[in-house]
Amino acid sequence: MSPHDWFIAPFAEFAFMQRALLGAMLLSVSACPVGVFLMLRRMSLTGDAMAHAILPGAAVGFLLYGLALVPMTLGGLFAGMVVALASGVVARVTVQKEDASLAAFYLISLSLGVLMVSLRGSSVDLLHVLFGSALALNDDALTLILLVAVVTFCSLCVFWRALVAECLDPLFLRSVSRLGSVAHFVFLSLVVINLVAGFQALGTLLSVGLMILPAAAARFWATRVTTMCATAVGIGVSASVSGLMLSYHASLPAGPAIILSAGVVYVLSLFVGSRGLLVSWFSATTHRTA
Amino acid sequence: MPACVTFEDLTLGYNSHPAVHHLNGVVQKGSLTAVVGANGSGKSTLMKGIVGILKPMSGHCSVAAGVKLAYLPQQSELDRSFPARVVDLVSLGLWPRRGLFGRYRKEDRLAVAEALSAVGLEGFEKRSLDTLSGGQLQRALFARVLVQDANLILLDEPFNAVDTKTVADLIELIKRWHGEERTVIVVVHDLDLVREHFPDALLLARGPVAWGEARKTLSSDNLLRARQFHEAWDEDAPWCNTGNSHKHDHANRQRGVA
Repeated sequence: MSPHDWFIAPFAEFAFMQRALLGAMLLSVSACPVGVFLMLRRMSLTGDAMAHAILPGAAVGFLLYGLALVPMTLGGLFAGMVVALASGVVARVTVQKEDASLAAFYLISLSLGVLMVSLRGSSVDLLHVLFGSALALNDDALTLILLVAVVTFCSLCVFWRALVAECLDPLFLRSVSRLGSVAHFVFLSLVVINLVAGFQALGTLLSVGLMILPAAAARFWATRVTTMCATAVGIGVSASVSGLMLSYHASLPAGPAIILSAGVVYVLSLFVGSRGLLVSWFSATTHRTA
Repeated sequence: MPACVTFEDLTLGYNSHPAVHHLNGVVQKGSLTAVVGANGSGKSTLMKGIVGILKPMSGHCSVAAGVKLAYLPQQSELDRSFPARVVDLVSLGLWPRRGLFGRYRKEDRLAVAEALSAVGLEGFEKRSLDTLSGGQLQRALFARVLVQDANLILLDEPFNAVDTKTVADLIELIKRWHGEERTVIVVVHDLDLVREHFPDALLLARGPVAWGEARKTLSSDNLLRARQFHEAWDEDAPWCNTGNSHKHDHANRQRGVA
């Protein structure tokens, strides 16, 4: 098989592959920087929790309108926002920390979602909601992903300085500005909309993978937030391309193939990254004169 | 001299128990005040009250109009694992000038470079925060305060885990601010340092034990009274009559703390 057959033909010949590639790349551009901030705020597992939290909203949309993009998206968005806001408010006005309040609300949300899907759908429908289908992205889904990418990019540009300050020294930000809480909720909203955008392609469970894995891998390469975001986007895009090719040539489901590709990059980065294990071992056994 | 910060029957605290209890007084513009007292005596709480991070249970704390405030919290609240360089940390001090959107200009970068130079951190611009020693980080945080160019500066235990040379350098900076007629309030544990370098002192033991000229404030009588301060809350303390939102710790009163 020629390089053309391996790398170009799948995307040149099939419109569904082009859509899948465009969708996954747009998602990478949008979700990976959000993932970097999630990781830096030590909230990597929050993405996972939020992915579960959007399920009942998507399920209500599914129950009422079947497998339709708009109602499922709006439902997921609503459920995600409710869980994000409720857990944030509980954390700010009670003794409970945000990880615990988020866990409580997402578990309630998840159980409601599974219950609703089981009321009507078959296990195949549930599988679609949980794992998505990157190879079945229609124009509406692509438009939604593009919209989310634009909103995310603009929001990150506007709130960049506040997000960095909130991560690095939250008390300092509170002493000079009241934007800390605003930035936090804007950020949680970005997490939700990116997960909602991703669930058509990758499902609720795997969309968080494209958010966190490239970010976690980028941590082993970059030393600044901007370069970390750019590296994460690069890894996300590469994982999207290689995952889709893997899916095409080995007849594997596209979503897990993309996330597994990102997982491979993560493990490689863990070892050979400029801040990875090998360099750590080297720097632990050698030293300069000053 | 006009007031910079005014406390009017100010009570700050947590879970209905006062940490700063019925504080009255004025911090004058251009003054240099040390806040001293035992652990749990309300020093950091008072700083948070002035900044506005902690709302009063009763009374008021007001900062004069037009005053720009810089606050250096205790080091432990900073995430040192965050992928930022020293210059990024110091540039945060530009926030009051440039806010969320403003582009950093040439003069801003110059201000950051000058601040780093003033604290002896030239050449550290590109160092990541997790590679700094405690003293170097503290110098960087002082550089951030310099960049903020504030006229009310609050420093919460800035000399903790810092070597004597760094303390001496930072004291010089504080004196420089005082010379520039900025108002400076510093939480300090080292009483000799206060006697030597601070004109005014506030001795706290939940309530104010003494406040005024540093040497008089730190008299042996006052220090003895402050040492009798009982750190623990009294869960059975009656509700305070004046505010009705917090509990009096009568144990303190019996020991003669004001």
